[in-house]
Amino acid sequence: MSTRARRIKDRIFKATILSLSLLTLLPLLLILITIISKGYSAISLDFFTKLPTPPGDPGGGILNSIVGSLLLIAIAVVISVPTGVGLGLYLSETRGPWASLVEILINTLQGIPSIVVGILAYLWIVKPLGGFSALSGGVALAIIMLPTVARATQETLIRLPTSLKEAGLSLGASYTRTIWKVILPSAMPGILSGVLLGVARIAGETAPLLFTAFGNPYLNLNPLKPVDAVPLLVFNYAMSPYSDWHQKAWGASLVLMVFILGINITIRKGPWKRR
Amino acid sequence: MEKEIILETIDLSAAYGDNWVVKSVNLAVPYNKVIAIMGPSGCGKSTFIRCLNRMHELLPGTKIKGQVLLEGENIFDLPPTTVRRRIGMVFQRPNPFPTMSIYDNVLAGYILRGEKLSRAERDEIVETSLKKAFLWDEVKDSLHKRGTFLSGGQQQRLCIARALAMRPDILLLDEPTSALDPKAQAMIEELITQLKETVSIVLVTHNRAQAARVSDYTAFMYLGEIVEIGPTPQMFTAPKDPRTEEYLTGKFG
Amino acid sequence: MFEEKLNEIKRRLVEEASLAETMVKYSIQGLLERRADLLDKVINEMEPRMNETEVELDEMCTNFIALYEPRAAQLRTVLMVLKMNNDLERIGDLAVNISTSAQYLIERPQVKPLIDIPKMAEETTGMLKDAIDAFINSDAEKAKRVCERDEIVDNLRDQVLRELITYMTSDPTTIERAIHLIKISRNLERIADLSTNIAEDVIFVVEGKIIKHHHGEEETKGN
Repeated sequence: MSTRARRIKDRIFKATILSLSLLTLLPLLLILITIISKGYSAISLDFFTKLPTPPGDPGGGILNSIVGSLLLIAIAVVISVPTGVGLGLYLSETRGPWASLVEILINTLQGIPSIVVGILAYLWIVKPLGGFSALSGGVALAIIMLPTVARATQETLIRLPTSLKEAGLSLGASYTRTIWKVILPSAMPGILSGVLLGVARIAGETAPLLFTAFGNPYLNLNPLKPVDAVPLLVFNYAMSPYSDWHQKAWGASLVLMVFILGINITIRKGPWKRR
Repeated sequence: MEKEIILETIDLSAAYGDNWVVKSVNLAVPYNKVIAIMGPSGCGKSTFIRCLNRMHELLPGTKIKGQVLLEGENIFDLPPTTVRRRIGMVFQRPNPFPTMSIYDNVLAGYILRGEKLSRAERDEIVETSLKKAFLWDEVKDSLHKRGTFLSGGQQQRLCIARALAMRPDILLLDEPTSALDPKAQAMIEELITQLKETVSIVLVTHNRAQAARVSDYTAFMYLGEIVEIGPTPQMFTAPKDPRTEEYLTGKFG
Repeated sequence: MFEEKLNEIKRRLVEEASLAETMVKYSIQGLLERRADLLDKVINEMEPRMNETEVELDEMCTNFIALYEPRAAQLRTVLMVLKMNNDLERIGDLAVNISTSAQYLIERPQVKPLIDIPKMAEETTGMLKDAIDAFINSDAEKAKRVCERDEIVDNLRDQVLRELITYMTSDPTTIERAIHLIKISRNLERIADLSTNIAEDVIFVVEGKIIKHHHGEEETKGN
């Protein structure tokens, strides 16, 4: 084959790949464009700092749902990080029937629809406590986030060279202290990415919050009372018949999207990543 | 003779599952000498020295028989952490702790064991250990940088300093230069010959020339057994066992 | 570590060389000053010491090669030390031969005043000393000058031989003593030869080329 023919073939191939990848990006781009164009006008300082106004009244913001989301995420992180890291550590350090069982359970958990998790949280927490609460929402989100954290921890730990653990032990350190002072700190970047990935995952969850956090038009910091969340607000406002609420739903979607995008970029370009 | 020996193995055998890779080894380590264990890959030499600081038993499914006497005391009757504090180890690949500074790496043993030291003690230990490991001049201005930024040879010397910081009686070196370039290797060899003034050394190597250059005694290990042991010059000029002769002349391994 | 061991070997060789030199000196001094004690010392004290040193140095070199696998200049040095060791031990033997002849001679009247033999001895020990100096300082020029002096010793030996032949033909009672003197001159000439060998070895160590059997010839060039 002549060089010329080969070069033409090469060009065609490259062009095909490029157009195919653009095609896959197209839906994402369309979503981005739509959300930005529709939500842009809703964004203002008030949007972040004011509570919602009744339909028809101009102004107001979504402060209640932003704070609510942050509270829910905080509860989910506080619950899922210790358990997730613990599970990940257990899975990477142990072999045997128990460990395989735990691994299967974690994988199954990852596949459970989030609305089912919401129902479970409703049964376990909302019913006994006799009311919707941020706590129940946080627990539901923690369960959804748990497999991600556990997985990330396990995979990071498995990838750490065994020589690191050996180095700790060979200095006369106990197993526990070696894990605490050497293994976990070395795995920190990987665990952190896992946590952020989990946060990105739960930040947009709506279904499990329907029967747990429930929603709340007022600012609430009490974990035992219902709270609003950004995705919940988007759901409620979008379902409403009021056009200014529709407008706010677009704005809230934009906020949510930027937040999740931000987390993903942080995971990618994390400042903690060495070299 | 009795008090010239710091460490002695008596019929020491070690296995992975039912595969006995070290078979009834009797070996005595004298004070302030370098004893090299050479042999082809898979002859059990690494497993053997990993028994000496109770690292072998960390892997699942391993077995050990026999005794290891450290100044007359069987190490299997002592807590592993005590044994490992007194018998330091340096591994094939340099493994400084990536999250710690050079300074903390040297002190890692104390930090990990939770032994508190005063500022002055810490400074003193870091300086003397790094000096003993021929690393002080190269790192004294960057003690608080991470150890992982050093070159391979420097990292390995940092690991030696880290082991020396615990003031061990014995230092086990498991192929300490096989991941290093010739220049770094030469430096570590020079270091080994100096270190024996303060510590007894067991060096495992598949590098015959290295055993010849740095050790006082050489043992040849093959298929899990010590075939022959003797003063290094004698082992390299007139070995008694035909298998040693064959190994030294490159007929196998 | 490497250099250190090699220096130790060199030091040992220098010791051996000075022992050889002293043996030659004492055997001639014993002859000239008629001192049986010096001759006795050469035969019964220095010769065994020389043999011991030779064995030791042999061992040191073997160990060095086995343990350190020397290359290039270091390999040449060790190989040459081995050869020099051999040469020096031979010089010791020759000094013993001289002493044995001297022991015979000092108990009998002189055939003639000794002039050329002391000259030969001086020249020979000088050559040995210079060859060793050249080795210590890696001085190829000095070594080359040693090689040139071999001829002076050869000429002196011929002269001694001619002179003694005239004595022997004129007075047959001197024959036995004259033969011993001839043997001494022959031994001295052999020592000079061995010193030349050493000098040639030094040139090999320093320059890496073998000049044996070539000296005096033009260096072969290109085509």
